[in-house]
Amino acid sequence: MSGGGSFDTFPKLLLRNAAQFGTHPAFRHKDLGIWQSWTWAQVAEIVRAYAAGLHRLGLQPGDTIAVVGANRPKLYWTMMAAQMLRAIPVPVYAEAVADELAFVLAHAEAKLVAAQDQEQVDKVLSVSDRLPQLDKVVYDEPRGLDGYDRSRSIAIGNIIEEGRAALATDIALRKAIDDFVQAGNGSDVAVILYTSGTTGASKGVTLSSRGCIDAATDTTRFDGLTHEDVVLAYLPLAWVGDHYLNYVQGLVAGFCTACPESSDTIEQDRREIGPTFYFAPPRGFEAMLTRLMIRMEDASPVKRRMFNYFLDVARLHGEQVLTGRPAPLSGRLLYALGRLLVYEPLKNVLGLSRVRVAYTAGEAIGPDLFAFFRSIGLNLKQLYGQTEAFLYVTCQPDGAIYSDTVGPAAPNVDVRVAETGEVQFRSPGMFVGYFKDQAKTAEAMTPDGYVKTGDAGFFDEKTGHLKIIDRAKDVGRLNGGTMFAPKYLENKLKFFPNIKEAITFGDSREFVCAMLNIDPIAVANWAERNNVAYGSYQELAGHPLVYDTVAKDVAAVNRSLVEEKVLAGAQIRRFLILHKELDADDGELTRTQKVRRRIIAERYAPLLTALYDGSYEADISTEVAFEDGRKGTIAARVKIRDMQATGAAESLGKAA
Amino acid sequence: MRPPDTNEILLQVEGVALSFGGVRALKDVSLNVRKGEIRAIIGPNGAGKTSMLNVVNGFYHPDRGTITFKGRTRDRMQPFEAARGGIARTFQNVALFKGMSALDNIMAGRTLKVRRGLLWQVLRCGPALKEELEHRHRVEEIIDFLEIEAIRKVPVGRLPYGLQKRVELGRALAMEPDLLLLDEPMAGMNLEEKEDMSRFIVDVNNQYGTTIALIEHDMAVVMDLSDRVAVLDHGVKIADGTPDEVKNSQAVIEAYLGVAH
Repeated sequence: MSGGGSFDTFPKLLLRNAAQFGTHPAFRHKDLGIWQSWTWAQVAEIVRAYAAGLHRLGLQPGDTIAVVGANRPKLYWTMMAAQMLRAIPVPVYAEAVADELAFVLAHAEAKLVAAQDQEQVDKVLSVSDRLPQLDKVVYDEPRGLDGYDRSRSIAIGNIIEEGRAALATDIALRKAIDDFVQAGNGSDVAVILYTSGTTGASKGVTLSSRGCIDAATDTTRFDGLTHEDVVLAYLPLAWVGDHYLNYVQGLVAGFCTACPESSDTIEQDRREIGPTFYFAPPRGFEAMLTRLMIRMEDASPVKRRMFNYFLDVARLHGEQVLTGRPAPLSGRLLYALGRLLVYEPLKNVLGLSRVRVAYTAGEAIGPDLFAFFRSIGLNLKQLYGQTEAFLYVTCQPDGAIYSDTVGPAAPNVDVRVAETGEVQFRSPGMFVGYFKDQAKTAEAMTPDGYVKTGDAGFFDEKTGHLKIIDRAKDVGRLNGGTMFAPKYLENKLKFFPNIKEAITFGDSREFVCAMLNIDPIAVANWAERNNVAYGSYQELAGHPLVYDTVAKDVAAVNRSLVEEKVLAGAQIRRFLILHKELDADDGELTRTQKVRRRIIAERYAPLLTALYDGSYEADISTEVAFEDGRKGTIAARVKIRDMQATGAAESLGKAA
Repeated sequence: MRPPDTNEILLQVEGVALSFGGVRALKDVSLNVRKGEIRAIIGPNGAGKTSMLNVVNGFYHPDRGTITFKGRTRDRMQPFEAARGGIARTFQNVALFKGMSALDNIMAGRTLKVRRGLLWQVLRCGPALKEELEHRHRVEEIIDFLEIEAIRKVPVGRLPYGLQKRVELGRALAMEPDLLLLDEPMAGMNLEEKEDMSRFIVDVNNQYGTTIALIEHDMAVVMDLSDRVAVLDHGVKIADGTPDEVKNSQAVIEAYLGVAH
């Protein structure tokens, strides 16, 4: 079932769901070890009572109510109840520190805050002197909050009960609530989502009801989601992904949203619930695979051999068998056996048995990782989106899946790549504007009404899919004019197990060079198998055989670039392997393990010079911080290796 | 909710002496625990702290002296009587059933609350099942309280030490005790685990109004948590009072830092 038509607001959708799938579960939440369920009819009744209670607390149309906490039914209902009163919910990241929270609450002019528990209530109250508009804090879990001033904080459970009692006796109140629902229309602001603010101060992205519902109607249809589906809501409430995939799609399609018991129990809860639609960022899938591999190490030898054998079968034939492309009969038979013995049990352990559609997005996913999950029969796809689009800009349709693209434009979305290489779009769900920031809104739009994503990308010629290469501001040009996208190259390099970190240089230079960090575990493993003796990381990193191995990886990256006309000229011509691991303690990486290009360029200036002046060796001495806080210096002579640009001689220079 | 501070005495230990052969572990010690407070007993190694706790819950029988608990005076107590009377405890070296899950370990704490006979339990139907569900509900509340949902089904032998301590506290709480005895609840923990445990101890006291007597080595923790502190040294009580009073007591400073002879 999908939305649209006369259902242009969420309260109307809620009432429709209550009428159409009244007995189907709408929410589940594991509490005291048991999954509690609420049907759509029950949720509609509760939300109505809650709205009545909030109305009595003075929440008016157009007021904002912030929502802070984990994925809890009562917090989702807060958003529904607010929307029923034509007020605007503003979900806020639960991990936000008090200052960030104060900024968002003040900027959004939140009149009420719905908080999960004592921790969040305390955080809000600690900054309440900076929030003149703030009237009350309502909370889900009363534990530890008994002694608090009741004029400032009330349990959501009590509000619902008081609302319910008032509705039973007060005809005028009943009518008032009905009138609010009737009066609501598609141009109402449905929600304000604050961007996480990693690139500057966070901005409030304002979305309209009609836009949200239209976008979700398209995507639920695209993936065939119905009221029979189940999702596990475990992503941050304030993130566009959770709001879109779980809350909005849930209301539009009428499916069930299951809330985990706590953030530590997601694995078990996923197994118990068996979601049918699943989203995780690449690192989520990576963590899943790592845990799996660690557990396999401890399995019995028979199981281990079976696991390895059938994973090879899956790697060879999985994608073909699953997408119905030709595959040898023996491959089909072995795959069927593997499914019985390995793949299905494996997916069951991971809680992915029932998943029909899974998405990943947010960063580049390693081709091996992507292939692993696809080959065992998980329909994993990629999408590209952002808060301003209300998530979807592009997504991969079933049957056309590639690990290095994000798919063609989503239904009814208009995507183009500007002259500068920046991806721009127009979509049904696109934002109305940044809350209280006309200037920033204007900045983010083109004169003809497209939204600028700030990401650089291009359409792949072979598949017609969009490829995202980097943040537009990080994309540079070689002196010859060829586009140079450092992160795109670095990601390609890092997908090789031998390469742990990579930093590429090329903006305003003749050609592209790379500094690499080998992965000590993978390379040490390789060294042991190949009888390469070494005494230290530094020695291993400088070993000629290691250089040979890594050179093969770099050559493979260069070859893959040939196929991409836009970037074919940006092949890596010279590289070196750094004598030490890049480290956050030395300021070379951020705490989230992202390379800090500028600092590395400064610290390793002699090496950078050598890369471009043609020498084959350079001396470097750097200061390092040891874990106990002592400082020392490491000096080394680092070798530089030349690379041949493959098959690109003719396209060099004219590619841009 | 924590009851308003009363001066009602829950436990009174009067003139207790205990010796093992020639070693006199406790020499004429008297102290009391008031209803609803957090009471700490501290002292250097071998001061007699654990002996004191063992006397209170009946593991050791004192040579002299009396114990008055909830108004009943006796000169010796059996451990099962103590348990029935509403005294629960945790141990310095975690004493859990290693092969059983965290959930089952905490359920074990409900043993004394089970009303139906063994036969009913074995049949596990009708009223016995209903009763078991009630107990399970209570245990789940404790699991929620201690935030150990994720390890509910994990055998405790596989858990890290800090979590085992938490499970042990859960089992003691499952008894819904009037007096909770904690024997070095923070021994061997890292700073974060200590902070967690302190929070749980304060929460137990606040939320359930449970009276807590704890033995602890870590002075900083004790001073923050406790309402009153008694200090033992070589089996003698050398100070007793609020944390501030104890901190400034000359006898305590000497006991902890030593004196120049």
